[in-house]
Amino acid sequence: MTFFEAVLHYGFLQKALMTSSIVGIICGVVGCFIILRGMALMGDAISHAVLPGVAISYLFGINFFFGAVFSGVLTAIAIGFVTQNSRIKHDTSIGIMFTAAFASGIIMITMLKSSTDLYHILFGNVLAVRSSDMWITVGIGFLVLAAVYLFYKELLASSFDETMAAAYGLPVRLIHYFLMTLLTMVTVASLQTVGIVLVVAMLITPAAAAYLLTERLWMMIFLSAGMGVISSVIGLYFSYTYNLASGATIVLAATAIFILVFLLSPKHGIIWKALRIKRKRASLT
Amino acid sequence: MIDSVIIIEDLHVSYYGNEAVKGVSLSVERGKLVGIIGPNGAGKSTFLKSMLHLIPSDKGSIKILGKNMKEVRKKVAYVPQRSDIDWDFPITVLDAVLIGTYPLLRLFQRPKKKQREWALHCLERVGMKDFARRQIGELSGGQQQRVFLARALAQNAEIFFLDEPFVGVDVSSEETIVQILKELCRSGKTVIVVHHDLSKANDYFDQLILLNKELIGFGTVAEVFQPEVIGRAYSSQFNWLNEMGVSMP
Repeated sequence: MTFFEAVLHYGFLQKALMTSSIVGIICGVVGCFIILRGMALMGDAISHAVLPGVAISYLFGINFFFGAVFSGVLTAIAIGFVTQNSRIKHDTSIGIMFTAAFASGIIMITMLKSSTDLYHILFGNVLAVRSSDMWITVGIGFLVLAAVYLFYKELLASSFDETMAAAYGLPVRLIHYFLMTLLTMVTVASLQTVGIVLVVAMLITPAAAAYLLTERLWMMIFLSAGMGVISSVIGLYFSYTYNLASGATIVLAATAIFILVFLLSPKHGIIWKALRIKRKRASLT
Repeated sequence: MIDSVIIIEDLHVSYYGNEAVKGVSLSVERGKLVGIIGPNGAGKSTFLKSMLHLIPSDKGSIKILGKNMKEVRKKVAYVPQRSDIDWDFPITVLDAVLIGTYPLLRLFQRPKKKQREWALHCLERVGMKDFARRQIGELSGGQQQRVFLARALAQNAEIFFLDEPFVGVDVSSEETIVQILKELCRSGKTVIVVHHDLSKANDYFDQLILLNKELIGFGTVAEVFQPEVIGRAYSSQFNWLNEMGVSMP
């Protein structure tokens, strides 16, 4: 049975496709702001920092969404606190805090659940998506897109020129933590699709490809979301057909798209750039 | 009656534990074009940012238009140093200027045709209307600075703060910018400019604030440009002259 027949036939695959497409969209959208604000490392950190929150949620029997947002935002605050109150640089502070959170998460999950569960949280297990998981993802997706739509003006102004935004009265600190909250929500939604370890790739790779294609933020957001979805579908196809970890195939699909754009983008692609330089030099001789 | 739009009393600001501004008191009248000058590391930018409440002050009070900064933020426009901006950001000239209208819009309200036309008008004033659809990084330094001035104009502010607007800017752009700043002052706005080049201060500014952590001098250019006053601000930088046998006052 081919992938396409299987999609029509099996409910679990439909759920997987639906979930990973939504993840592709919201990662693509939030990722644009992450890379424009120079926060790729922060994205990686916060996604890892979600792990102890997931463990605590298991412990208390609550939905892991709440625990994840809690530990993600707490880590973001801890990173900010260390940076602002010492000479330690921002990236160092990120490195200290997120590895600490991640390490404690590993211990907690292994003690509370099992190594298999840990493996699934770290690397995703998209073909085991339950209906309830799918609806959580749909809900998070709706929330994230609504938030970005409603606060687009504030996100744009503070990402482009934070000092000016603060000068005219935008609460730029709050916007930073608001974005960190969106980031943890996106990570939670991505738990089963790509897993914690690789979610940063879905955040930054499609957004980076879109960044090479356009000079307008809203266009970048649409392109990034589109490439996120395409990566998800292609990745799922290879995951199902060759029985590979879905997180890995989805991320490699995104990487392949990025490489194509990197080479072929009309304005910023290296091939056209090289051709332009060559033509220019030829015209000068 | 003298109308003071900025009143600062005994302002102290520290930056990472180092005192950057020590006990500055002064007041600026409406309609003045004021330059902030001083040697490198004199706390010029810190002083500007503390006036805008972007950096908390340790002591002292700042009244803008007779009120606390928080209440009048929208009436204050700020133009950052060019080096603070990511020029690869995916934004066009027009959209960058449109951000100037954001303070006038409510939450969830989007810029519409009216704001676009206003932004285009502001671009026209700085002579950059033809570049409206370009990405901001494609412009020269002077053009970029003119676009940021247009953004400040779009905000329809009462007080304009500019941080080193003439760094890396071509002569004709510099002239355009100075002309517009002078026009603003004639129409009753107040303009504060951090500036590093003493040579043109005389042509540009009504008043100068000479800063070297403390307030060294404040007044008309003629009053501040006394050898004794300048010497006090720049004394540390003239040590090498002394060593070479050149005497400074």
